[in-house]
Amino acid sequence: MAVYFQKREVVVPGQLLAEGRYRASFGTYDDDGKIFSSMVGLAELRGNTVKVVALEGAYIPKEGDLVIGVIDVVAGNNWKVDIGGPYGASLHANNALRRPYSDDISEYMDIGDAISAEIIAFDRNSGPFLGMKGRGLRVLTDGMILNVSPAKIPRIIGRRGSMINMINDHLKIQTIVGQNGRIWIRAPNTEILRLAIKAFRTIEEQAHTSKLTDRISSMLVEELEMIEPSVDQEPEEIEKASEPEPEAELEPEPEPEPEPESKPDSEPEPEPEPEPEPAPDVEEVEAEKEKEIEEPKEEVSEE
Amino acid sequence: MSPEVKPDFLISPEGLRVDGRRTDEMRPTELKVGVLKQADGSASIRQGKTYIIAGVYGPRELHPRHLTLNDRAYLRVTYRMATFSVPDRKRPAPSRREKEISMVIANALRPVLFLEEFPKAVVDVFITVIQADGGTRCAAINAASLALADAGIPMRSLVPAVAVGMADGKLLVDLGDEEDKYGQGDVPMAIVPQTGEITLLQQDGSFTKEELVEAMQMGINSCKYLHELQKEALKRAYVKRSDDDDDDDDDYDDDLETDLGEAELMEDE
Repeated sequence: MAVYFQKREVVVPGQLLAEGRYRASFGTYDDDGKIFSSMVGLAELRGNTVKVVALEGAYIPKEGDLVIGVIDVVAGNNWKVDIGGPYGASLHANNALRRPYSDDISEYMDIGDAISAEIIAFDRNSGPFLGMKGRGLRVLTDGMILNVSPAKIPRIIGRRGSMINMINDHLKIQTIVGQNGRIWIRAPNTEILRLAIKAFRTIEEQAHTSKLTDRISSMLVEELEMIEPSVDQEPEEIEKASEPEPEAELEPEPEPEPEPESKPDSEPEPEPEPEPEPAPDVEEVEAEKEKEIEEPKEEVSEE
Repeated sequence: MSPEVKPDFLISPEGLRVDGRRTDEMRPTELKVGVLKQADGSASIRQGKTYIIAGVYGPRELHPRHLTLNDRAYLRVTYRMATFSVPDRKRPAPSRREKEISMVIANALRPVLFLEEFPKAVVDVFITVIQADGGTRCAAINAASLALADAGIPMRSLVPAVAVGMADGKLLVDLGDEEDKYGQGDVPMAIVPQTGEITLLQQDGSFTKEELVEAMQMGINSCKYLHELQKEALKRAYVKRSDDDDDDDDDYDDDLETDLGEAELMEDE
C-alpha cells in the first residue's frame, strides 16, 4: 500500500501512481496491482480510488450528458447531429417531438439548427442517441455558441455549478454548458457577451490552477464596473437594438467560431415557405415542454 | 549540408566519433511539447541536426469509412520528409520508404495506446521531417509519442526510441548521418520502459549474435535516458502553462481540487 504522487501533481503516461489496494479509475490503468497513469493530467486520490483528471482530450459521449449539437442531416424520422468529437449522434423524432408530428420533420428542426440535448444511450456498438425530452432541452434560436476544450468543462461548471452560477449571477446572462465543450450564451449586450467569453477563455487557459473561482469573480466585478456606466445610460436602447437581430451584432466580435451562431436564426426563415412563419414551428417542438420552456423565456423579457 | 565524401574515419584514434561524441553518447536532444496550435497534440524533437515535428489529431471520425475498425480506433501514421530536409531535393510524392516508416512507427506506437476506448474512430499522427541527419524514424517515434500524450490519448507509457549501429568495428549509440551511411550496420529500436517490451527492432548490415545483444543493451540504456527526457518535457509543458499566470501555485489548501471533474450536469438559469 503506497501512493507515489502528491495531490494534484502533474503526471505523465506510464507514471506509477499507487500500489496495493487501490482502485484504478478514469485516466489510469491497473497492471498487476500497480496503478499507472494513462494520460497527462492531475493525479487525485479519493477514498481508495485513484484518478487522473485529463488536461486535454476529445469529447467522448456519456449517457446522461447534456450536449449542444448542430444538425447535420435530416434523415426520414431522425436527425444526425454533430456534437463534436469522433462520434456523430442521432436524434430520433420520437425522442424530440410529441406525437402526432408531421412526416417532414425538417419543419421542426432543419440542417444548421443548434440544439441542446441529452445523451440517452451510448455504447461501443451503437453510436450516441440523443433525446430532447427534458428541462431546458430545446432549439437554440438566439445567443451564440462558444467552443472550448471538452476537458475543461468540469472546471467551467465548477463544483456543483459554483463557477457557472457565479458567472451567470455576475453578468446576468443565460448559459447552457454542454459536456461536449460548447457553451451557449445569451447576453443582454455585446460588452457583457465579450466579458463572458473572456471569462470562459480564462478558465480554459487556467483550468488547472487553484482559487480560480475567486479570481474570475474579482475579474468580472472589476470589468463590469468599467462597462457598467454605458450599460446604465442606455440599457433599453441596446436591448431593443439587439433583440431582433442578435447575431448581426454578435458575429463580428467573438473570435473563434462564427459558424453555429449565425445559423439558428437565419436558416429556418427561408426554408419552410408554405408555412406562415418559422417561429410557430419551433414552438411546436417545444410545446411538450411548455412549462419548462416558458420560464426561461419570461426571465429574458424581464431582464 | 552533409558531406559528399566519406570521412576519413568514423572513429578517431582517440576513440571519438566524427562529431566528437563517445561511443555511448547521444547527441544533444531537445524535446518540446505543444508546438502546434491547430493540432490536438504536438511535439518537436531536435536531435543533433535532425529536426522533426509531430502533430496528432483525434480521436475523430474516420474517413474513408471502409477503414473502420469496430472494436478499436484506427491508428494512422503519416511520416513525411520535407523537400528541403535532405541534401538533394526530396521529391514530394510519398516514397516507398516513407510508407514503410509510417507503418513501422504505427506498429511501434500501437501496443501502448488504449485504442479500444474509441471504437470506429481514428487517431491521426502526422510526422514531418524538417531536417534529416540520421535517426529520423527513432526521433519521429520519440516526438509522436509525446504528441499523442499531449493530445490526451490514453496510453500505457511513452515510447522512447534510438538507433544503435556499428562503424569501424565499434558499437555506437544514436547514429548520425555519416555513421548511418558509411557504417557497417544500423539497429533502430523502441521500447516500453516499464516492461522492457520491444516495439520496434530493425536491422540492416550484419552483426554477430554477441554484437546484436550488446547493441540492444546499449539501445535499452539510451532509451531509458530518453524516456526521462520525454517525461521531463511533458511535465515542463504543463507545469509551465500553470505557472504563467498563477502565483499561488503551491496553495492546495482550498477545496478546488474536488472541483475538478466531478461537476454535475448544469443547465441554464
